[in-house]
Amino acid sequence: MKEQGTFRVKKGMAQMQKGGVIMDVTTAEQAQIAEKSGAVAVMALERVPADIRAAGGVARMADPAMILKIMDTVTIPVMAKVRIGHITEAQIQEELGVDYIDESEVLTPADEQYHINKHLFKVPFVCGARDLGEALRRISEGAAMIRTKGEPGTGNVVEAVRHMRKVMDQVRQVIGKADDELVVLAKDMGVSLDLLQEVKKEGRLPVVNFAAGGIASPADAALMMQLGADGVFVGSGIFKAKNPQKVAEAIVKATMHYDDPKLLTEVSKDLGEAMPGLEMSTLTDADRMQDRGA
Amino acid sequence: MKIGVLSVQGAVSEHLKHLALCGVEAVPVKDTTNLSRVNGLIIPGGESTTIGKLIEAFGLTGPIRERSEKGSLAVFGTCAGMILMAQEVSDGIARQPKLGLMDIRVKRNAFGRQRESFETAFKFNSFETPLPGVFIRSPLIETAGPGVEILASLEEGSVAARQGNLLTTSFHPELTDDLRVHQYFVEICKSLKQS
Repeated sequence: MKEQGTFRVKKGMAQMQKGGVIMDVTTAEQAQIAEKSGAVAVMALERVPADIRAAGGVARMADPAMILKIMDTVTIPVMAKVRIGHITEAQIQEELGVDYIDESEVLTPADEQYHINKHLFKVPFVCGARDLGEALRRISEGAAMIRTKGEPGTGNVVEAVRHMRKVMDQVRQVIGKADDELVVLAKDMGVSLDLLQEVKKEGRLPVVNFAAGGIASPADAALMMQLGADGVFVGSGIFKAKNPQKVAEAIVKATMHYDDPKLLTEVSKDLGEAMPGLEMSTLTDADRMQDRGA
Repeated sequence: MKIGVLSVQGAVSEHLKHLALCGVEAVPVKDTTNLSRVNGLIIPGGESTTIGKLIEAFGLTGPIRERSEKGSLAVFGTCAGMILMAQEVSDGIARQPKLGLMDIRVKRNAFGRQRESFETAFKFNSFETPLPGVFIRSPLIETAGPGVEILASLEEGSVAARQGNLLTTSFHPELTDDLRVHQYFVEICKSLKQS
């Protein structure tokens, strides 16, 4: 008997993406460039986060026709974003057959209290998190992959670093706790004791944990890998750069050889102008996407 | 004896863990130096286009091909590894880089997209009880040459095969607790002629 959509199958899909780079694309042509550059998957969306930021207004899921076109163009997995808590956008993505759904703070949240019950879907979900509590709450809701939130569309890696360090630090704390202390920690974090025990036993998050939100250069990608990321999402950093294919290929190589400064130096040369970046202090509270859906 | 896991991208740590549980020394392989030190090599699941491109870029394709053809290296490819090991890929992207070690033709994503991915248990070679396997956007073996032994099949087609020192599965034994396929590969590595 074949069992589809089990948690092992959903989580396993993310395990196959480890060590790889997932790239934001808005057209079939960009998807082809991403595939040719060695992306392990593409994230199909209407606008990259930097443009969503610039445009303002309500950001929704992308046009299904556009997503289908990208699915027809590349053989690598295609992911797509839905608004936090937007159950029907997720149902539409599942119907389309996208390979992974990102319930993402980059889009305008549809529900300020509840996330989607992701256990009800056969398609796996990835969700953003700033700390271990957020990550484990998303996993309880059925997320089969976690990524840092960072601060999308800024080309500034500082928030992704903060979130990755925080998660890693909290995992180390959990490892060091006695079992009775975990009970109190579970209560304080608002997470299930079972999941905390699993973190303690495995010595890591129970699912794959990628870096996302502000990664714009090969050095950024390698930094996130050195801090313990299982792989990298790159949003605006590639197609907002002057030379997307060259930057994309360099980020792919840097993610594989993240601990080899000689190679990192080589691939960082002559990449042309990078995307323009944003300093965090210039963002108002309303500009901060990471505060959505905690 | 040492067995390597090709460490470009994909389920590397899962294979390393399984090999360690089988009691062999397991090392990640990213370059030709480490490749030259192993008796066997596992090509893990991941994205075949990505892995194929990067082993080409970092000069691993040639040495893997040479040593496996000489018979001094056993190779085991799972999922993406199967696509890279096949001599023919029926629906790959144009000029997809590959190793082309085995006399098989495979079809990529043969069961459909992630939504259609599944787990199941089935008969594998002479194993006494059914083997659990996880199929994630898995390929299928469409045709196999005379020197290829089919080890397992589902109703849709063949999902595991061996050709001398080469072993391949379209599913992921590294995602279950069952060590039998890895043990089977370790035996292949042990039987290699010492060169």
